[in-house]
Amino acid sequence: MNSSENLVRIAQLSCGAEYSGIQAEIDSAAKQVNAVIVYPEIDIKDIENIEEEFGLKVASSDLKLLMARAKSIVTGKVHVDAVFVATCFRCAEAAIVRSEVRRYIHEKTGIPVISYSFTERTTAGTLLTRMEALTTTARRKSLLAREKQSGLTAGIDSGSTTTKAVIMKDNKIIGKGWVPTIKVLESAEEAYNAALKEAGVKREEIQALGTTGYGRFLVGDHLKADLIQEEITVNSKGAVYLADKQKGPATVLDIGGMDNKAISVMDGIPGMFTMGGICAGASGRFLEMTAKRLGVGITELGALAMKGKQEDVKMNSYCIVFGIQSLVNSLAAGSTPEDVAAAACHSVAEQLFEQQLQEIDVKEPVIMCGGTSLIEGLPKAVEELLKVKVIVPDNAQYIGAVGAALLVSGFIRPRI
Amino acid sequence: MKVFIYPTNSLILSDLVERFGHEPLAVMQEISKRVSNPGLDSPPMNITPEDPKIGLKYAAVEVPSGVRGRMALNGPLISKAEAAIIVRDPVVSFGCMGCARTNELVNFLIRAKKIPILDLDYPSSEEEAKEFVFKISQFLKSLGQGEKK
Repeated sequence: MNSSENLVRIAQLSCGAEYSGIQAEIDSAAKQVNAVIVYPEIDIKDIENIEEEFGLKVASSDLKLLMARAKSIVTGKVHVDAVFVATCFRCAEAAIVRSEVRRYIHEKTGIPVISYSFTERTTAGTLLTRMEALTTTARRKSLLAREKQSGLTAGIDSGSTTTKAVIMKDNKIIGKGWVPTIKVLESAEEAYNAALKEAGVKREEIQALGTTGYGRFLVGDHLKADLIQEEITVNSKGAVYLADKQKGPATVLDIGGMDNKAISVMDGIPGMFTMGGICAGASGRFLEMTAKRLGVGITELGALAMKGKQEDVKMNSYCIVFGIQSLVNSLAAGSTPEDVAAAACHSVAEQLFEQQLQEIDVKEPVIMCGGTSLIEGLPKAVEELLKVKVIVPDNAQYIGAVGAALLVSGFIRPRI
Repeated sequence: MKVFIYPTNSLILSDLVERFGHEPLAVMQEISKRVSNPGLDSPPMNITPEDPKIGLKYAAVEVPSGVRGRMALNGPLISKAEAAIIVRDPVVSFGCMGCARTNELVNFLIRAKKIPILDLDYPSSEEEAKEFVFKISQFLKSLGQGEKK
């Protein structure tokens, strides 16, 4: 991150953060992305009247304070660039307020807003990607408005499971590389070289390079990237670009190897988003383990799931350990591998639906991306749960690398 | 006597208890132990992630961390309490802990102690306010000779 970039003012609307002992972590994450946390000013009268004005009655006065602060942002009493809404995990009253306040600010102001439910274990590291995406959306709207790639650029997506690289020229993908992530730098080099080879260009000819994904800082520093960007904004761009849905609303879903992202996008710019990363049972890793147990490659799991019926397999748990055990028990009880594959896809889709899609407004088109979107059973399971058509664009697994190559074309400058 | 007050950060209640020669048990005492960096834009409390863990003594792990963190402040006060004054439905400016669930738990735990308790509704008129103060004074006097700190 560039510390010379504009300071972003993030309004913190929260209940319980200081008493959970995580305020220092929030401040630290904000500082790392050159942002400052502010608390919108309100009068005591605002708190007394807010239930009537907002239309939501709550028992906790800190939640009334939270709503009053939201109102002071919406009415323009205070100026902020972004909003962070956070409340305690497992508090039902707070969850209702958090969700409604997030929607209220998003709809009334268009200011980027994220919400988060924390525990005392929440760290600055957990919050960093979210804060980075929030500040990028606030700070770089012009960059994110880019709809076409120009020149000769490269993008590398250093993910937790796989590393992807693409070379783009004049708005077309001309080279691709895809390798499992083993050693972050070596895997990045390997994927990059493969993409360069396929494109038939030399590394020194690349006019600008962008990196994203878990290893973005390491890879970006190593390859002297022009843009190092978190995956929320990059994937949003990549998804609407590849699906050719750059205008209007869209919902981007990315079930990754380690975490999931659900992003509500408007004109290619993320508005609301959630990132899950607590449970491996809701990630691509679960599908990888299922494939291994079924004795098929991960690329074959999707086709298998398409032929099965998830209803015929009883899943007792979402957990990566006990869920797999349920699948093993089902196989032992005579279930077919097809049904088990379908049940595994359904389990992951159901968790995405229950834990993350409740936090954003799902608007069509729904675009699924990332490597897991190629496991056909998964988009199908999401379609069944959401009752909408899910789009999986071509090259969906390269979404991050394409997004990075597209965005970085705004940084083209002579390279020495 | 050590008198627990609710709302636990009510300056008025704390002052009244002290005036009648007793020791108020107010959350300000616990917060003052944790003050590290008073500032305009940051909460002036140095509560760490350890506090919600201390709060596990009063509430189970499935209870939100904010409740447990607040209980790390309130719990020790409740343990020390020999009497209590509880004001029902006060306005925010009279004092509050911000979280309704914490309030419920604090109220339950203090009542479970079976110590002398004065329950009062928050006054809504000047007449009621006079009666409010009078009842508190009578209660505090009834607790016997307090030891002034």
